[in-house]
Amino acid sequence: MYAFEIETPSTVQDAVAALKSEGAQALGGGHTLIPTLKSRLAAPEKLVALSGIDEIKGVRMGDDSRLCIGGGTTHATVAAEAAGHYPGLARLASLIGDPAVRNRGTIGGSLANNDPSACYPAGTLASGATIVTNAREIAADDFFQGMFTTALDEGEIITEVKFPIPEKSFYAKMLQPASRFPLTAVFVAKFADGVRVAVTGASESGVFRWAEAEAALSSDFSKAAVDALSAPPADGMIGDIHGTPEYRAHLVKVMTGRAVENAA
Amino acid sequence: MTKVSMTVNGKTVSGEVEGRTLLVEFLREGLGLTGTHVGCDTSQCGACVVHVNGEATKSCTTFASLCDGAEVTTIEGMANPDGSLGKIQQAFQDHHGLQCGFCTPGMVMSAAALLKDNPKPTEAEVRHYLDGNICRCTGYHNIVKAIMAASGQDVSIAAE
Repeated sequence: MYAFEIETPSTVQDAVAALKSEGAQALGGGHTLIPTLKSRLAAPEKLVALSGIDEIKGVRMGDDSRLCIGGGTTHATVAAEAAGHYPGLARLASLIGDPAVRNRGTIGGSLANNDPSACYPAGTLASGATIVTNAREIAADDFFQGMFTTALDEGEIITEVKFPIPEKSFYAKMLQPASRFPLTAVFVAKFADGVRVAVTGASESGVFRWAEAEAALSSDFSKAAVDALSAPPADGMIGDIHGTPEYRAHLVKVMTGRAVENAA
Repeated sequence: MTKVSMTVNGKTVSGEVEGRTLLVEFLREGLGLTGTHVGCDTSQCGACVVHVNGEATKSCTTFASLCDGAEVTTIEGMANPDGSLGKIQQAFQDHHGLQCGFCTPGMVMSAAALLKDNPKPTEAEVRHYLDGNICRCTGYHNIVKAIMAASGQDVSIAAE
């Protein structure tokens, strides 16, 4: 790798200050960023490691019955500690990558990167979660702005994510076994006032809500309601060696049906 | 250069590292602990798995400077104090859990992490836990069998 320096702040305030310098980049668990540095797809002059900031780690229930997860919390911790509060989200975390990845990778890192095939964007968008940063709160519906693009400003750090807890939920992931990312995955969350359906791994624009399925499931939460829908258009879906746009569009419908069948 | 200190296999060690120095480079080149292997160098294959503060960690995707103060265990720390093979290592030998052996250090370290949290895993749990450890010889059946045996379970019918 090329030479760079690493800063290790222990507070959000110090991290924000360190990120103000030219060419600085935040480092979460590093399981996307470090391979990116090795291949020189990115070459920041300075990394600001967030792993030493204890105030952005942990899982707790908020006063308003939302599940609050610190931005620096690893997938393994979410899988273990969210299970009693929000089993659908804990299961999503338990399916990311592999055990060693889950021990290092963080929810804040995943959301800030917004890989079009990452798992957390689906759970976050389907939950209607709120992303809290050092500067403000951002609704999930406003946060995801396309492939690898979010509402975050330069140097802004995700400190916490607040999840409303649905009555029922499930994350149905069609695994791409080499990368362990989803080929396409769907998170369905059934709330008292309606159903939210978020899809990852399918669209060239990154995670999105499937409005037709949400409308159908809000009036009839059943697999039959999904079966009666047409798959979303293949136009704009990802096409690569693993699957065509048409295949991914088809998977959106199949995985939505599986998520509804298994929702608990 | 920054100075780092950590405990590796029970011994306190320290050295000078650059920001870009990976934990696996510090272990192999700094400390001469070449048991930890670099397979893919892209965090896919798991040959480089070590334990950092008890957690299975890909040392090719971890900066050494961020392990300052950590407790690290590598494959060299898995043998018994008298130098004989540890329980998991012995099970790999007994059940032919390795062919070329390149992935074995990572397999053993992942197995140790699994058995610490889940002392009697099912075969399915073992296979799920090894998602991030790739054996290019495709010797998975005997690896799974070895881990089941190391957990003290009957392997006469497992992995066949």
